[in-house]
Amino acid sequence: MQIFHRSTNTISRATIYGAVFVVAALFWAAANIQRSPYVTYAGVARPQPVPFSHQHHVAGLGIDCRYCHTSVETSSFAGIPPTKTCMNCHSQIWTNAALLEPVRESYRSGKSLVWTRVNDLPDFVYFNHSIHINKGVGCNTCHGPVDRMPLMYNYASLQMEWCLDCHRAPDKYLRPRDQVFNMRYEPPASDKPVRLDGKDYTDQLALGADLIQKYKVRNPMDITTCSTCHR
Amino acid sequence: MFNLRKLALLGLLPLALAGCRQDMHDQPRFKPLAQSDFYADLRSARTPVEGTVARGQLHEDTYFYSGKIGSSAGDFMPFPVTEDVLARGRERFNIYCAPCHSRVGDGNGFIPSRGFPRKPPSYHSERLRRAPLGYFFDVITNGFGIMPDYASQIPPRDRWCIIAYIRALQLSQGATMADVPSGQKVPSEAPQFEEPGSGATLPVVAPKSANPQPEEPK
Ligand code: HEC
Ligand code: HEC
Ligand code: HEC
Ligand code: HEC
Ligand code: HEC
Ligand code: HEC
Repeated sequence: MQIFHRSTNTISRATIYGAVFVVAALFWAAANIQRSPYVTYAGVARPQPVPFSHQHHVAGLGIDCRYCHTSVETSSFAGIPPTKTCMNCHSQIWTNAALLEPVRESYRSGKSLVWTRVNDLPDFVYFNHSIHINKGVGCNTCHGPVDRMPLMYNYASLQMEWCLDCHRAPDKYLRPRDQVFNMRYEPPASDKPVRLDGKDYTDQLALGADLIQKYKVRNPMDITTCSTCHR
Repeated sequence: MFNLRKLALLGLLPLALAGCRQDMHDQPRFKPLAQSDFYADLRSARTPVEGTVARGQLHEDTYFYSGKIGSSAGDFMPFPVTEDVLARGRERFNIYCAPCHSRVGDGNGFIPSRGFPRKPPSYHSERLRRAPLGYFFDVITNGFGIMPDYASQIPPRDRWCIIAYIRALQLSQGATMADVPSGQKVPSEAPQFEEPGSGATLPVVAPKSANPQPEEPK
């Protein structure tokens, strides 16, 4: 007596061979989850003790990044402004706003404001802001449209493949040094050329190649060795 | 059955490894300004004992660090003013001073209009045009009235660069045709800007529509 119809043989065969695909799909899913915001937190705004808005202060008021992140050009650490920097203006402006009470409290008592870290590399990775700034990598290449962030979130995954994508071919991203802090910089296009040393560029790769010469950027072999970032 | 259990164990292995992963991510050392549970004020960055002089911070060259000779403000630059110094001064001025004093120094910056009880004075007043360079250094270092001090944000050399640039701004506002070096053309019209600029950089000057490209030599 036969319980299953003959046709079910195909199904059982399919499930045996199909296992290969199921495993492949699992790997695929794992790789994607690994790159997704669930793991990298890219695009997720973090709660902060004061709802500090880059959109307001950068785009609205036109304050330069370096007014607050003073050490970004000279050190590995970009610097988070001390309470005193906020009070430069907020000792006069919005002095009664409840929103700013933690800032005033911190200034009175000398206790630090505790900001939540947003971009956080693992501690076994060495990163340095100053070299990137001085070789013409714009803040928004890595941090995204900061001037349109009411609350800070991280834009890139900060995974190793992301760093390497640029280190293998920096010419895809470099810009003139005086444009590093410009959040509205646009890469060269035929209708919007970028000017460098009196020459107009309409192609990013041509601009990138000349900037690599000008800023003496080392070749990809040197900056993709493991000890560049794991030292 | 036995095999299945082994397999299941194998499946748990990544979870265990994921645990290790986090340990390596957060190592027992501090990134700059990170929180510490050891000190009562939660700061890993400690302030040095009072009276400490770090290497390279023994301020023997006092004019460079105070702008004063004795107790009165000096009126000379502690280093020669070159084009680089002025360019640096312009950049730093636009970052740290222009939000309140405006890019030309007339005191009409944007920030004070949002609620300061009074505007900053124009640099082009008779009084400030006569003020010695060391006076500006003192204002930047110690603040003035409701203006905050910028000692922690601007290192001394940059303060001097800014001062050189302010003096250049003051001269430019009072310049006459006689000050233009012979052979140099004065632009008759103000440059056209592409967009207002983001605050982070000078506005981009729009390229002239008919852009003469140098011919390639054949
Ligand atoms: C008025 C001061 C101020 C200015 C101007 C400013 N920032 Fe910030 N920035 C802060 C403060 C305060 C924080 C910490 C709170 C937060 O994360 O939102 C911060 C955080 C950040 C972070 C995230 C730090 C982390 O935790 O990973 C980035 C990235 C950043 N700023 C980039 C910029 C860029 C790029 C500019 C210029 C376009 C800029 N900032 C201008 C004050 C400022
Ligand atoms: C250069 C001057 C300046 C500095 C420095 C500054 N702010 Fe502001 N901030 C302003 C002005 C001006 C406003 C709003 C004025 C308006 O539009 O009415 C403002 C508004 C705010 C608001 C109101 C909410 C909003 O975004 O609309 C918060 C919160 C705030 N600032 C936090 C901070 C913190 C925290 C710091 C220090 C990291 C800081 N600010 C540094 C000038 C400054
Ligand atoms: C090459 C990519 C890159 C560029 C360009 C870059 N950043 Fe960052 N930034 C990072 C990374 C990665 C971190 C996280 C560092 C860490 O966790 O140690 C970070 C962290 C920060 C922080 C938090 C404090 C710190 O240093 O850890 C601030 C503030 C910041 N960046 C501001 C800026 C500003 C302002 C600019 C432009 C002048 C800029 N960054 C340009 C990649 C970049
Ligand atoms: C958009 C391009 C870009 C991205 C993204 C980027 N870098 Fe870089 N990085 C550069 C360039 C360009 C240099 C300069 C190389 C040189 O000087 O020859 C550099 C240099 C470095 C150096 C200095 C090397 C040395 O020997 O001094 C380190 C360290 C570094 N990067 C780490 C990182 C890490 C970690 C990340 C990811 C979190 C990262 N970078 C992401 C472009 C990038
Ligand atoms: C441009 C910088 C850079 C270079 C070069 C680099 N790495 Fe990494 N590496 C990173 C970053 C950033 C991370 C952290 C990734 C994360 O947070 O998921 C990382 C993480 C790792 C990890 C841990 C992965 C994990 O999931 O915890 C290993 C292992 C590693 N790298 C090995 C290497 C080896 C081997 C090389 C040389 C072939 C190398 N790296 C070169 C930036 C770099
Ligand atoms: C947050 C806004 C703000 C910023 C930024 C600022 N100032 Fe001022 N400044 C003021 C105000 C307001 C006054 C008027 C003070 C008063 O009358 O109490 C002033 C006054 C001055 C004076 C005149 C002193 C006098 O004798 O009348 C000088 C000089 C000056 N500032 C220089 C600077 C320089 C240089 C910078 C940049 C490093 C700078 N300021 C940045 C707000 C600012």
